[in-house]
Amino acid sequence: MPPAEAYGVASFYALINLQSPCRRTVHVCDDIACRTRGADAICNDLEEQFGAEGVRREDSATAWHRSPCLGLCERGTAVFCETAGSEPVTIADAASQNLVHLLLHPEIPVPRRAESTFPGEQLGTSLPLLSRAAMPPTPGIDAYRFAGGYLALRRALQIGPEGVLAELTASRLTGRGGAGFPTWMKWKAVAEAVGNPRYVVCNGDESEPGTFKDRILMELDPFAVIEAMTIAGFATSAEHGFIYIRAEYPEAAEAIELAIKQSRSHGMLGSDILNHDLNFDIEVRRGAGAYICGEETALLNSIEGKRGEPRTKPPFPVQHGLFGRPTVINSVETLLNVLPILMYGGDTFAESARGGVTGSRLFCLSGCVSMPGIYEAQPGATLRELIDRAGGTPDNTPIHSVLVGGAAGSFVRGDEMDIELTPEGARSAGISIGSGVIMVFDETIDMANIVKRIARFFRDESCGQCVPCRVGTVRVEELIERFFKPGADRDAEIALFNDLALAMKDASICGLGQTATIAIASTFSRLRMNSATIT
Amino acid sequence: MTNPISLHGGATLTINGFPVTVSQGSTILDALNAASVETPRLCFLEGLTPVNACRLCVVELEGARTLVPACSRRAEQGMVVLTDSVRVKHARKLVLELLLSSVDLSLLTADIARWIEFYGADLERFGKKAARAETNHDACRAGSHEALKPGEIGSVATPVKIDNDLFVRDYSKCILCYRCVEACGADAQNTFAIAVAGRGFEARISTEFVIPLNESACVFCGNCIGVCPTGALMPKSEFDMREVGNWCEEKQAVTRTVCPYCGVGCNLELTVQDDRIVKASSPRDHDITNGNLCIKGRFGWEYVNSTPERRGSGEKE
Repeated sequence: MPPAEAYGVASFYALINLQSPCRRTVHVCDDIACRTRGADAICNDLEEQFGAEGVRREDSATAWHRSPCLGLCERGTAVFCETAGSEPVTIADAASQNLVHLLLHPEIPVPRRAESTFPGEQLGTSLPLLSRAAMPPTPGIDAYRFAGGYLALRRALQIGPEGVLAELTASRLTGRGGAGFPTWMKWKAVAEAVGNPRYVVCNGDESEPGTFKDRILMELDPFAVIEAMTIAGFATSAEHGFIYIRAEYPEAAEAIELAIKQSRSHGMLGSDILNHDLNFDIEVRRGAGAYICGEETALLNSIEGKRGEPRTKPPFPVQHGLFGRPTVINSVETLLNVLPILMYGGDTFAESARGGVTGSRLFCLSGCVSMPGIYEAQPGATLRELIDRAGGTPDNTPIHSVLVGGAAGSFVRGDEMDIELTPEGARSAGISIGSGVIMVFDETIDMANIVKRIARFFRDESCGQCVPCRVGTVRVEELIERFFKPGADRDAEIALFNDLALAMKDASICGLGQTATIAIASTFSRLRMNSATIT
Repeated sequence: MTNPISLHGGATLTINGFPVTVSQGSTILDALNAASVETPRLCFLEGLTPVNACRLCVVELEGARTLVPACSRRAEQGMVVLTDSVRVKHARKLVLELLLSSVDLSLLTADIARWIEFYGADLERFGKKAARAETNHDACRAGSHEALKPGEIGSVATPVKIDNDLFVRDYSKCILCYRCVEACGADAQNTFAIAVAGRGFEARISTEFVIPLNESACVFCGNCIGVCPTGALMPKSEFDMREVGNWCEEKQAVTRTVCPYCGVGCNLELTVQDDRIVKASSPRDHDITNGNLCIKGRFGWEYVNSTPERRGSGEKE
């Protein structure tokens, strides 16, 4: 690879350091979910007690940065900590004193954080997605087998690739990453494609602010991810799988790596799996700090060692995917649904159909709720039900608004709690469920602060390829800054915003630019954030 | 459509209500050209792989959720395309406004000036551009940016890079069309001295670790200059004359000739002002060079300006 291109790739990713190396770098999540849990105060403390953000302190050879969402929203303030010579770790419920100590003493190892858990009510239940993960952690392939592992793969081998596709078609499973595309259509297209090789890619780059379900699934149920990918390989005649895990998920990557190793040694990956003519193996690829790599074509470029710039579609990955070959790409949660579909049948799975979706799905409750975490819900659950399951707001403070779907989603008002969390329910409310984020803001939260952070997020995460997104996200950030200043001409700013938003939605290459204005637009339209409401 | 299946694997599209037939492998832009519909575009250049980054050529395609780039989207049988809808005009206007608000487009071509007028782009829609800032984009870390200065809007203004005698790089004029990277890379020169570095608004064209060109893989063919649409890349000769106000297009004539150096026979276009060569380029429509030259053809003409007769006449002056 030419040096200029290598530099171009390295400088694209936030976590590839091109300046003088640090013994320790602490990345403090100051994104919207952690902002409801004191992230701003921690950043202020670090500035006062350690030094300015992004400036390497010479005595300790350490530095700290503000970070976009680290996907540890249920236990924020989240921190991602890199130490020279050891694997990075994450820190949950971070406290300023502890961080300052770690920064001043890079020789002190960072203790491993506690395992991810679930809110109690779901423990030991027979939820289709969470049942195994919600059991007490007994890692290893034997425990997985004991909990019903490989029943789905065995069934797949019995009914053959066509049978798997038939079950998947009957199940009407749709993607859980945000777009909601029918999964069987992707698999069928790759199964029918001509020529080899072809690939199965698992998208574990979950970076949508407020989303952390895939992290928990990978950490607590890694064998299920591997089994589901193996089934995808079987159904589409792909022998090679990649699982792309964001850099900020070191614990998830470790769990998956370990599970892959054990699967290989037990003959569950490799050649002649379960003594059938099934060859399939998986490689892990790690991200390096780029939200955009959750976009499927950017992710494929990233696996290929390129800048994570989205490709123009068409052609779609099923025709022209990884290394130009037919590729199935699904998110972790989507893949996990394949297991109950094969175990209990696609028709059974589809019985839950409601509002344009089948099968239960995971919601990530964060922000001002008593028991943040992931909650599995059948189609038809309302926003109120989910928030009630998470214990409502602490001290029953009135809900000001809820962000549904992440930074690329929409805010709804505290009086819109009856929205049904299905594609149709969301559509009729003018929102989308996206990646299943439900982030609650009570009346103690400074919403201007939240909106500004969302504007900054998209400006920092735009890949820079196309003009509407590259410059548009900058203009939106500036506009939002002006908007909240005293004496702003807010009506004129909203008119300008609407013009910008329309062009970004219509003319950007990928989903990032197309959705970058939606949440902010909803603060104007739904929360009625305008001249009358801001003093 | 009266012609649902076209002959020879081509495609018949409806463009603004009129049918247009193009051959297989054509893009929507080819169809628009065939229909004589003018399509504004900045990053597209015949002969380079379309990157559809500027989004100025977007059109409305029936059935598509968003607008689509005409330059890269393959024409398909039965496509219904609009180029003058409200959505298309809005997007093109905003793209022009976003570019004008952030990039120095002072060397506008007549085309860009016409588009600005046609789409009614307002050059100061988002506020006043900062005076030439000395921001060092090369030092930016992906995913972070400097805090905004009150009352200013962000621009790509950055000091001109003058690190050799042959050409300068003024990235304040760069719209990130990727053309220079493609021309330096697999589309023409296969030298790969430059690439897009950084991310987002801080993305920029760079050598590895921002090293000067003469320490990089650059072979000074100047083919990047040949494809640059905004004058961000410019021969030093032209840059120096512009700096002192001597660059005068009214006094210039362009003469086509053959490069005298080797046996390939590249065509040269010599720009001559006041009886002296001030710039050499190559016609893109020439089937040997396709606009490309080597260092000698592009920069090795100074001797013509300094033949004994000329030196003599110079001394007389």
